[in-house]
Amino acid sequence: MATHAHIETSVRLRRSAGAYVTPVLATALLAVLIVWLGINFVKGPAYFFTISFIGLTNGAVYALVALGYTLVYGILGLINFAHGDVFMLGGMFSATMILSAFHLSTHASTGELVAAILVSLFVAMAACGLINATIERVAYRPLRGASRLAPLITAIGMSFILEDVAIAWKGPGYTAVPAVLPHGQVFSIDGVVYTWEKLIVVIITVPVLAALIWLVQRTRQGKAMRATAQDRDAAAMMGIDVNRTISFTFLIAGALAGAGGLVYALYFGQIRYDTGFQLGLIAFTAAVLGGIGNLPGAVLGALCIGFIQAYNEGLTWHAPGTNWTESIVFSILILILVFRPEGLLGERTPEGA
Amino acid sequence: MRRRIAERVSAAWWAALTRAGLSPARWQALPRLRRRAVKSVLWVAVGLVLVAAFGTWKASALAVAAVVILLVVPPYQKLMVGRFPLGKWIVPAAAIAIVISYPYYLNSMPQVPIFGPFPMLSTMVAMMIFSMMALGLNFVVGYAGLLDLGYVAFYAMGAYMAGWFASDQFSKQHLDLGAVGQTAGAIGFHFSLWLVLPMAGIATAIVGVIIGLPTLRLRGDYLAIVTLGFGEIMPQVANNGNSLFGFNLTNGPEGITPIDSPGFGGWLHQHLHLPANYVTVGNYDAVFLWTTLALVILTVFCSVRLRDSRLGRAWIAIREDEVAAAAMGIPLMRTKTWAYATGAFFGGVAGALYASYKSGAFPNDFFFQISVFILCMVILGGMGNIWGVIFGACFLSYLDREGLSNVGAWMNGHLGTHVNVPLYEFGIYGAIIVIVMLFRPEGLIPSSRRAAELHEGVHDDPLYDAETV
Repeated sequence: MATHAHIETSVRLRRSAGAYVTPVLATALLAVLIVWLGINFVKGPAYFFTISFIGLTNGAVYALVALGYTLVYGILGLINFAHGDVFMLGGMFSATMILSAFHLSTHASTGELVAAILVSLFVAMAACGLINATIERVAYRPLRGASRLAPLITAIGMSFILEDVAIAWKGPGYTAVPAVLPHGQVFSIDGVVYTWEKLIVVIITVPVLAALIWLVQRTRQGKAMRATAQDRDAAAMMGIDVNRTISFTFLIAGALAGAGGLVYALYFGQIRYDTGFQLGLIAFTAAVLGGIGNLPGAVLGALCIGFIQAYNEGLTWHAPGTNWTESIVFSILILILVFRPEGLLGERTPEGA
Repeated sequence: MRRRIAERVSAAWWAALTRAGLSPARWQALPRLRRRAVKSVLWVAVGLVLVAAFGTWKASALAVAAVVILLVVPPYQKLMVGRFPLGKWIVPAAAIAIVISYPYYLNSMPQVPIFGPFPMLSTMVAMMIFSMMALGLNFVVGYAGLLDLGYVAFYAMGAYMAGWFASDQFSKQHLDLGAVGQTAGAIGFHFSLWLVLPMAGIATAIVGVIIGLPTLRLRGDYLAIVTLGFGEIMPQVANNGNSLFGFNLTNGPEGITPIDSPGFGGWLHQHLHLPANYVTVGNYDAVFLWTTLALVILTVFCSVRLRDSRLGRAWIAIREDEVAAAAMGIPLMRTKTWAYATGAFFGGVAGALYASYKSGAFPNDFFFQISVFILCMVILGGMGNIWGVIFGACFLSYLDREGLSNVGAWMNGHLGTHVNVPLYEFGIYGAIIVIVMLFRPEGLIPSSRRAAELHEGVHDDPLYDAETV
């Protein structure tokens, strides 16, 4: 970056100081975190595990959304601000399917429930995938040669437009989804309770994630995606239709968001036009925490954030509480971006991203 | 796609005109004045069609006359009197005169079709304050090219500075420094607002530097996210700040209210007839309007002078090409931090002034949407162009206050729809952002330099041209 000898020395000095400070700070923070978790664990082990299951469920929802961010960032280097709102629309589609198409109530039989969930999942994934690909075609593709910030700004604009679509569709209030999932216990050992609705979230999430990893790692289209992410020009020269591959990536990311929306609507039972924005930012933090552009990293980051949120909101001994969740998550985001921008699993790239 | 549409439209126009006997070459051969005259006649025709379509002749005639004057009058901007460039000052002087005299003729203004009555004085005050904030953000986004999505944090900081130093918030303190309208021995800090404004600016600039120092090393989009994070943390801290380890810093969701209003005190009132206390003066909004106008003029002055200074040219160099700028010996970190601090300063001053005007600082005023709202002003008007930014700020804050509900009422009345237009406010801003970025990224009133950049995309090497496939 710097050709001037003087600048270069100053940069090197700062690097070395930073290299000394970062591990110390990180270790201290981690130590405090572990001590806090340990004390909470000793005070009530069964309760601690119950809270952990909530964290796992949160993490599963975040993982579905975070993967969309990471996929798009990996291939375009674009933070798709509208992604959280696509997720929210997925929740709206699912709510509509469950309420209006299937008229599910809390007493639905298992067969009905499975069929309804599968059909809703398909509809939400297809609709959100199409919406996301359309957004890419309309708002991002014309700006591909422009400055890096231009598509980011249109992404913010698209995010607001999607929120208004949701307002026009469902109104500014919460859309309630009846608690159709069974709330019985899967097991209860020594006060550690695991309930069915949490297990169902994981049951829906894991196959979707497995299918995604299979798609990216094993198929021809996945290979094209990885090639485009690595070097767009070289991929184009090798005969890959780059535009089509990017559209496909957005389709997949949107489908994941749709699945996340269904899971969210089923598990949390209410959804509103601005749900996606907040949750999207948290999921983006998860993607950055795991190392943006890295698929396993996104899942790992989402689980971390899910646990952190659950512990913060659920634990009793000196937990900051629900009021501070966002501040904590965004502090993590800022700390990670400043001190370890490559995330937990990412590799340090020449641009420092 | 955009260029193709534009070319096709233009080609169709010229085909029609050529059939009527006017080729591009002949048009270009006409003297400049005559081309202007023809254009202005066309504009008048368009204006008259609009008048016929939308109603009242009286109001629309004003708009038509304004368009004609702007188009037909010869290039007055180059007018010189001796060595003094008088022409350059005509438009700013006219704008200032219009705003200063606004309270006097507001009540005799006619209704405008669709948009309804002229903006109220309180709306004008909001327009001025948002102009100041947008000009502050323009330092960061327009000049230095750093995307800041958390500008609302600076606004909040300024507002809370006014809350801390010009209200009863800290009830254990008794300190009165020139505040007006306070009884002796009032609790809390009561500083004169003329003292609080620069204090708020400096404190906010310091916050800007603290945020900036670790984060400005990051690449553009990461920086945007980090600022967004700060912008989200700030209102939450304000919301939860009624018991930070037992200390009531921000009074929580209720906010800090009331906040003292400005005033010049008895002595200046006697000798210069300046208002002693804005609340008791009678025309509160008008006095505030003139105050904010003075601050906007100050901000514009600082913008112009800083833009043309060594620092401002360094900002623009960084915006255009960071690597080349560093190679020419511009210290990147220091220059960017200055941009951040300057932008934060004006955001803080505007925030403090707005808190005093509204007599309160409430955490619900400081959400992410406000950051985007201010960013939208800068983008719509034209990044980096002072007049464009002011236009964007005035227009959007007018829409926010009155315009949207008026237009919505007109629409529901005339078209028979039942749309609550203000509910869709932010979607409309989102649409504005998308449309401007896609079709006119340099904004409505562009600075020529920024326009060239945005069309050529000098930030990054264009990796892949989507138009060619």
